[in-house]
Amino acid sequence: MIPRHLLIAAGVMLVAVFGLGVYAGHMRGRVAQVESRADSRPVAPPVSGPTEPVTLYVAYDDPGILRPQSAAIPLPSARQQRAEEVLRALLEIYLSKNASHPLAPGADLRAVYLVSPGIAVIDLNSAFANGHRSGVLEEELTVASLVQTLNANVPGILRVKILVDGHDRETLAGHADLSDFYDTTAVAQLVGQLQ
Amino acid sequence: MSFSIQPAARFAGPCSTFGVRILPLLLLLVLILPAGSADEKRIAIYGAATNYSLPVLDRNGHEYVGLLEIVEPLGNVNARVDGTHWRLRYNDLEADFTNGKTRAKVRGRDFDLSGNFLLEGGRGLVPIASLAALLPRILGTQVAVNEGARRIFVGNVATHFTAQLNHTNPLRLVMNFTAPVNPTIATEPGRLRMVFRREPIVAPGSPTLTFDDKTIPSATYSENNGTAEIDVNSTAPLMASFSNEGHTITITAASPAAAAVAGAPAPVASPSTTPASAPSAPAVAPMAPRHFFAVVDASHGGDDPGVALASQLLEKDVTLSLARRLRQELESRGISTLSLRDTDGGLTLDQRAAFANTAHPAIYITLHAASDGKGVRVYTALLPAGGENNGPFVAWDTAQTAFLPASQLAAQGVSAELQKRQIQVRTLAAPLRPLNNVTAAAIAVEVAPPSTTDVMDLNMAAYQQNVASAVANGIVTVRDRLGVPR
Repeated sequence: MIPRHLLIAAGVMLVAVFGLGVYAGHMRGRVAQVESRADSRPVAPPVSGPTEPVTLYVAYDDPGILRPQSAAIPLPSARQQRAEEVLRALLEIYLSKNASHPLAPGADLRAVYLVSPGIAVIDLNSAFANGHRSGVLEEELTVASLVQTLNANVPGILRVKILVDGHDRETLAGHADLSDFYDTTAVAQLVGQLQ
Repeated sequence: MSFSIQPAARFAGPCSTFGVRILPLLLLLVLILPAGSADEKRIAIYGAATNYSLPVLDRNGHEYVGLLEIVEPLGNVNARVDGTHWRLRYNDLEADFTNGKTRAKVRGRDFDLSGNFLLEGGRGLVPIASLAALLPRILGTQVAVNEGARRIFVGNVATHFTAQLNHTNPLRLVMNFTAPVNPTIATEPGRLRMVFRREPIVAPGSPTLTFDDKTIPSATYSENNGTAEIDVNSTAPLMASFSNEGHTITITAASPAAAAVAGAPAPVASPSTTPASAPSAPAVAPMAPRHFFAVVDASHGGDDPGVALASQLLEKDVTLSLARRLRQELESRGISTLSLRDTDGGLTLDQRAAFANTAHPAIYITLHAASDGKGVRVYTALLPAGGENNGPFVAWDTAQTAFLPASQLAAQGVSAELQKRQIQVRTLAAPLRPLNNVTAAAIAVEVAPPSTTDVMDLNMAAYQQNVASAVANGIVTVRDRLGVPR
């Protein structure tokens, strides 16, 4: 026969295990909620430091054009960080309410890498691409806007490659090609057609 | 089927390599042979705007066909399953069929099928024997059904022909058709076979035409399995050539001297011509001039729906409908076409480019649809950076480079025709594959609704036909300046 104190101890331990399981599940849910909230927040540029004038090429779905738009944003001195901040300023416009070319909630820039000589790699997050509206012109406006904004504000870039979550991707949302490098001169000519 | 050409093998061009010529041909065979076996039963439907064929299914000893598939290219259609009921809406008509029952309701009245209606995986199947009575009720127009040959003529669409033997030297059999034709031509000892898979050719007064000549004594007409066939019998080698924008086929008997040297395999007489089926006896040498030839590509398809234009309207379906209309418009202007996608099948971008390059067209046209904006956008390739070309080897990613001026010319021609029809149009470059991989003039046509009020207008038959007609006209206006395909 099992002693009574051992039965009580086993019961207490079972209750403790069950309680810890419930607590762990609760904490996991909270972490997921916090991460979800963090993903959907629009990205803000740095709020301190001296501002510099930049030119952002902003897409307008109606009537399907790109327009240069002047802005003054705080920019760090390092070239790579400058490139990231310029693109983040552009994305902030697209993530704002009543944007002229809205992006999906959570769309973000992961990083910009400047690779010598004259190659820039734009790394977008998956929310950017997966939530992007599909269509030749919609996708083309996004790509041209990103590449031309980079080209206009970071001198010396000749070719631009776009990755999604650090990986190669065939198209942005079914149409615009992401498998190749973009020639900034060709994109500048395209921007002329889109204005 | 999943396939991609790895970067190491990505070359294309006039003297292209294994990656562009041999591999695509093998792939084409792999794709086509299982799907298009000679034994497959098919039924052909000829309409005013489009011609197409569908597979026939054997069920319970009867031949069946999908009713939605028959009427879908002919008007605005939707169908839904409601329990055992299958409800079809065609324009303003409603029809109600019940799984396993012969009794149906069409336009509110009872209709008895010749066999049970079958519901399979959401598809509504009807016996072919019922189509002669059923289709006029649904379509509200005259429909002629040749059940034995499985050919359906919707409206007055038949193409008639005459044949006249000219006793000239060399002997010529001139066949005139009331509409452009583009048959598959094969030659065998003693006869030349012309198979019409898409054309609504109908029988002459007598199925056998006799001529008062020993060299070409007769020609016979037959039809079977959704095709029509004309066989020209001869004791001499025959050559076929097209003229009069596809309205005329002239069959010429070779002289005895020419017959004696006709030892090499015959080159093609048209893009769809098949080689001689008796290689051990190459008695004929069809030498028709190469036609101006267009590849029409309905973008997306299969697992890739493209843009969800509306809850019940996918880009892949709109592009397929547009492609069918464009093919019809081009062929009615005497331009031979090849469609890369005529069903809901999927092709990768590399496959599309490889097939187009293998076919050597004068122009490649890919079709897209969009819900944003209005009118039509015509794109040429925005070439990517890089792509070193070395002599005869052309980089896959920039294979379009040498053809870009021709592509821009075609885009301008198409835009001008759209403007003439008061359709809003823009001409742009776009990073849109496979335009940059195609070794021919290549354009993309993205069709948005005629106005911004209702995206469903994109599905209007009249609008699609107007756009397709304008695109075809635009290509006709520049065809002489696009150059001869290699």
